[in-house]
Amino acid sequence: MNLCEIGRELERRYDGLVRVVQENPDLVVEVAREKLLEVCRFLKDTPDFEFNFLIFITAVDRVDYLEVVYCLRSMSNFRQIMLKVQVPADNPEVPSLTGIWPAAGFDERETYDLLGVRFSGHPDLTRILLPDDWEGHPLRKSYPVDKRPVRTY
Amino acid sequence: MGVDDRWKGYHETDPGPLGNLLTKVADLPGGQVLVGAADALVDWGRKCSIWPLTFGLACCAIEMMSTGASRYDIDRFGSGVFRPSPRHADVMLVAGTITYKMAPRVRRLYEQMPAPKWVIAYGNCACSGGPFNTYSVVQGMDEIAPVDVYIPGCPPRPEALLYGLMKLQDKIMAESLTRKGVPVLEPVRDRQGA
Repeated sequence: MNLCEIGRELERRYDGLVRVVQENPDLVVEVAREKLLEVCRFLKDTPDFEFNFLIFITAVDRVDYLEVVYCLRSMSNFRQIMLKVQVPADNPEVPSLTGIWPAAGFDERETYDLLGVRFSGHPDLTRILLPDDWEGHPLRKSYPVDKRPVRTY
Repeated sequence: MGVDDRWKGYHETDPGPLGNLLTKVADLPGGQVLVGAADALVDWGRKCSIWPLTFGLACCAIEMMSTGASRYDIDRFGSGVFRPSPRHADVMLVAGTITYKMAPRVRRLYEQMPAPKWVIAYGNCACSGGPFNTYSVVQGMDEIAPVDVYIPGCPPRPEALLYGLMKLQDKIMAESLTRKGVPVLEPVRDRQGA
């Protein structure tokens, strides 16, 4: 089974909730927010797919909405796939993947820290890079470019 | 070289016990000669043993480590003794990007160093924030503490650091015990923005 077939298989299984947006050079798949956990578990546990390694989680601010991006790799089949989940900018919430890949924890904290995406079900969703008392999420397009923190030293 | 105007008077508030004593000696007939000689002796001793505080914040630290290695022989200047504790250090060698998260720690380490103390801003980031005029980066070490020598470069070569050290030595030799003493910290100023 090659990458294109994986995309088509996903579209067939989750009719209307999964959409292939790009096949070359990487397979990019848009997933509905409510199906994310199910799709991830399916991709990880199905023997033919076996995407057993989570490479990174990040997000993109598209102004109208946020796009959470997941990159999965199969260490046994030597291929990778990108998942994208669109969430509204005013309520950016997606389910946490820590139950499937424990390594998702830090990446989700970083995405929360810089872009304000909330990962429901995360065991400790706190800031990881910025100071704990930071206000706002600086990689959002709405964050003022020249805003600086109040100095306390 | 030269202390920033923002930190004017920072070094000249209290001459300290030795400085007070020498100020009295300077009033005696012939006392100027003695004070001058003592200044030269003490300054010479200080400039030949400037122990740096190991303070690598980013990639500039690689060049700092390279300077500390055998090829450049930083021990010629008595500065080869990189200290892990601020209590032992004379000069704070700030090598790298200072973030707002790190800034309170930098300030605290500076305060923990015993006087007399000096600061070298090593690299563009420590001098002025470098290319990072962003939400998280302090725009230069001089927002945190008075800087004695700025060494620009991205990163500066080890020769530049050695040149900066020699400039600091010149500066120390020009100091007088009766004028520069223990720095007294200013109250925290609430300044916003870069």
